[in-house]
Amino acid sequence: MDGSDALILARSQFGLNIAFHILFPSLTIGLAWYLVYFRAQYGRSGSPEWLSIYQRWTKVFALTFAMGVVSGITMSFQFGTNWPGYMAKVGNIAGPLLAYEVLTAFFLEATFLGVMLFGMNRVPPWLHMAATLLVALGTTLSAFWILALNSWMQTPAGHISQDGVLIAGDWVTVIFNPSFPYRFCHMLLASFLTASFVVAGLSAWRLLKAADDALARRTLRVAVTVAAVLAPLQAFVGDQHGLNTLEHQPAKIAAMEALWKTEKGMPLVLVAIPNEKEKRNDYAIEIPRLGSLILKHDLDAEVKGLEAFEDHPPVAPVFFAFRAMVGVGVLMIAVAWLSLFLSRKKIFPAWWLWVLSGFTFSGWIATLCGWLVTEIGRQPWLVTGILRTKDAVGSVGPAELGASLTGYVLTYALMFTAYMVVLTHIAGKSAK
Amino acid sequence: MMPGMPEISALALTFAFLMGVAILAYVVLDGYDLGVGMLMPAADPEQQNRMVNSIGPFWDANETWLVLGVGILLVAFPASHGVILQALYLPVAAMLVGLMLRGVAFEFRMKAEGWHRELWNWLFWFGSFLAAFAQGVMLGRYLTGFQPGFGYWLFALMVGAALCGGYVLLGATWLIARTEGELQKKSLAWARWGLAWVAFGVALVSLATPLVNETVREKWFGMPQMPFLMLLPATSFAFGLWLWFLTGKKLIDQNREWRPFFGAVAIFVLAFLGLAYSIYPWVVIDRIGLWETAHPSSLRVVLWGALAVLPFIVAYNVLAYWIFRGKARENLYE
Ligand code: HDD
Ligand code: HEM
Ligand code: HEM
Repeated sequence: MDGSDALILARSQFGLNIAFHILFPSLTIGLAWYLVYFRAQYGRSGSPEWLSIYQRWTKVFALTFAMGVVSGITMSFQFGTNWPGYMAKVGNIAGPLLAYEVLTAFFLEATFLGVMLFGMNRVPPWLHMAATLLVALGTTLSAFWILALNSWMQTPAGHISQDGVLIAGDWVTVIFNPSFPYRFCHMLLASFLTASFVVAGLSAWRLLKAADDALARRTLRVAVTVAAVLAPLQAFVGDQHGLNTLEHQPAKIAAMEALWKTEKGMPLVLVAIPNEKEKRNDYAIEIPRLGSLILKHDLDAEVKGLEAFEDHPPVAPVFFAFRAMVGVGVLMIAVAWLSLFLSRKKIFPAWWLWVLSGFTFSGWIATLCGWLVTEIGRQPWLVTGILRTKDAVGSVGPAELGASLTGYVLTYALMFTAYMVVLTHIAGKSAK
Repeated sequence: MMPGMPEISALALTFAFLMGVAILAYVVLDGYDLGVGMLMPAADPEQQNRMVNSIGPFWDANETWLVLGVGILLVAFPASHGVILQALYLPVAAMLVGLMLRGVAFEFRMKAEGWHRELWNWLFWFGSFLAAFAQGVMLGRYLTGFQPGFGYWLFALMVGAALCGGYVLLGATWLIARTEGELQKKSLAWARWGLAWVAFGVALVSLATPLVNETVREKWFGMPQMPFLMLLPATSFAFGLWLWFLTGKKLIDQNREWRPFFGAVAIFVLAFLGLAYSIYPWVVIDRIGLWETAHPSSLRVVLWGALAVLPFIVAYNVLAYWIFRGKARENLYE
């Protein structure tokens, strides 16, 4: 069997599965806290309007959560089926982190989800409120553990090597590894932004159909307010995250910026087509020295280029994905602030509602691009400096991989189509 | 234990036990809701809704036991985890596709209209069936040490069919307890069908496993343990008879409604104990034993967590079952 075929298939399969999975957590984590807010407003005021809002978004949540759960179960099998070399080498670290996710997060959210969705008339209000809160807590905890693991793969720390495998020396250092705080904040904010733009976008969609829907107007206002606060915060956290990456994974930064040669006073490349063969950028538009200013807070500082690293990731995908993420991030700030400005008047102009509807899934784009930067930027390593991706692949044959990949693609296409149809259907209807 | 085998640490035994508990909990709990899914085509639309309502609040938590089961396999026995999941690659993929289809069908079937709803009802059935069947095939492949060859695959397919029957039994007896009227009557008949399949399946596995595997044969038919061990099949048989008797009536006494379900669970527990005894001390039969574990430091940190958290997990699962006790009637999904 040709090892590289299996490697490419295994990577495509893993990438497809996780990219499909992350769409749903990135929405549910944030949306769960929106539900906590709506539920608390209802509990406080007793107003049937908050109840209607809560119930409408619970429907969206239930749908999204189900998609997240079933695609997540697939993920938990992927480590063993696709990356046995990974488990053999770092299983002593990855295993416990994944186990803690199951023990502390999954059972919590899965059990209380039932109470939250179906229990309103069966349990006292405080218990229903508590169930809603516990579901939100569960989703956030789940992000905590999985990001601890992913961050450790990016910037490993706290481990010891023994007979060729790694074991944890100090769990606190393993979990709170150097990039973890940045990744965790950035991902939580990403999730809140994703949820905010979905809530705003679907509410705008409803308002386009029924301009006098007061409930849709109310949720729209909540969502753009949250987005207006969090979008700039995300840019700040992202910048800090980048500085952290420069310290620990400088080759990734060089790829993100398509910086081929080590330079003093590095420019900021706005657009270009990285040319991997000739090791230069074609059609580049740059701003002199801005790169050094952003990354080192100094106009003349030296930044290491790709030539300085023996191994570096493929440049073009990292470069483009990074620009897409930041581009969407900047647009999000603009849209959120303009919305806030326009919402001083009672009625949003229709053209603006179209813009907001257009931004409904912008969070997905930024999140996926962000993960692409992170994961492709780590190549050729699977665990930075410790394990190469090609040494982790299993011995499952290309035929089996191909067959299962086809099965997944068809299933995902069907599920995703149905999800979108139902979502637009819910969005178009009145909340009452 | 046989002479010449490495020693098995208390930690490894504990994890083997925990993994057993998680897998058994999964099989019984998701077993009943997969069983209900497989029975869908035999019911009319109103009954179908009640059937789905009876499992709606639970299926997600039930499936989490599967995640815990593979999770423990991965944490505690990583070498076996890789071997098993790679050897079972295709049935695992089939199971996952099945679980995905039925998991989202809960939501979609209620929100769709017309032929779309029919489609999701059908996918709900198909997904439940595919997942159950694939799990049976996995069991069959596992028990025969993943040997290639037509005969071994045939065996695995038959175990697949038998496990479907077992889940139908669990699902039907669950419905006996959770529904009433015509649907409950139907469930009594379904339970008998399931029971017949279970009898076939248990007989098949009991006969075939010793035949294909020498280690297992010696364990069961060696002296002096054999007469004691025969208590296990004998008790299963007794439970089977009891169930047959319980489900033979047209109506079931109100305070006996849960008995068939517990009878079915008992059969599953006994079968599971039998399997566990056959396999011990192997994780992959004749290849990888319980002694090949992850590093003790990793096991310990998970064990403490598990001991601290499992009581809570059990407690809030119990709470959920208590909240949704009684007959499934009103339409949960509106
Ligand atoms: C940042 C968040 C995040 C990330 C990166 C991942 N997940 Fe996830 N996962 C969640 C956040 C989440 C969640 C928020 O907890 C879910 C999403 C669906 C749901 O809405 O709960 C979930 C569900 C979920 C489930 C089902 C849980 C249940 O039964 O209730 C499993 C088994 C996994 N995930 C496993 C994984 C694995 C093995 C991943 C990595 C390779 C992974 N997830 C990445
Ligand atoms: C949640 C969002 C995530 C997305 C969208 C994502 C995306 C990807 C992509 C696209 C690849 C393929 C990269 C390549 O082959 O060039 C990959 C690889 C991988 N990622 Fe992630 N990932 C995510 C999270 C995680 C997490 C949380 C973990 C582990 C805890 C993880 C572990 C891995 C592993 C083991 C590989 C396979 C080896 C490789 O190809 O690099 N990923 N991921
Ligand atoms: C606006 C300015 C932004 C900046 C400067 C920024 C910066 C960064 C950087 C440097 C990384 C890669 C870090 C690494 O892998 O080492 C990253 C990753 C990521 N970004 Fe952004 N980001 C921005 C906006 C956004 C937005 C708006 C979203 C989503 C709504 C987002 C979602 C993500 C995600 C999910 C990841 C991968 C996970 C992680 O590594 O934390 N980012 N971002």
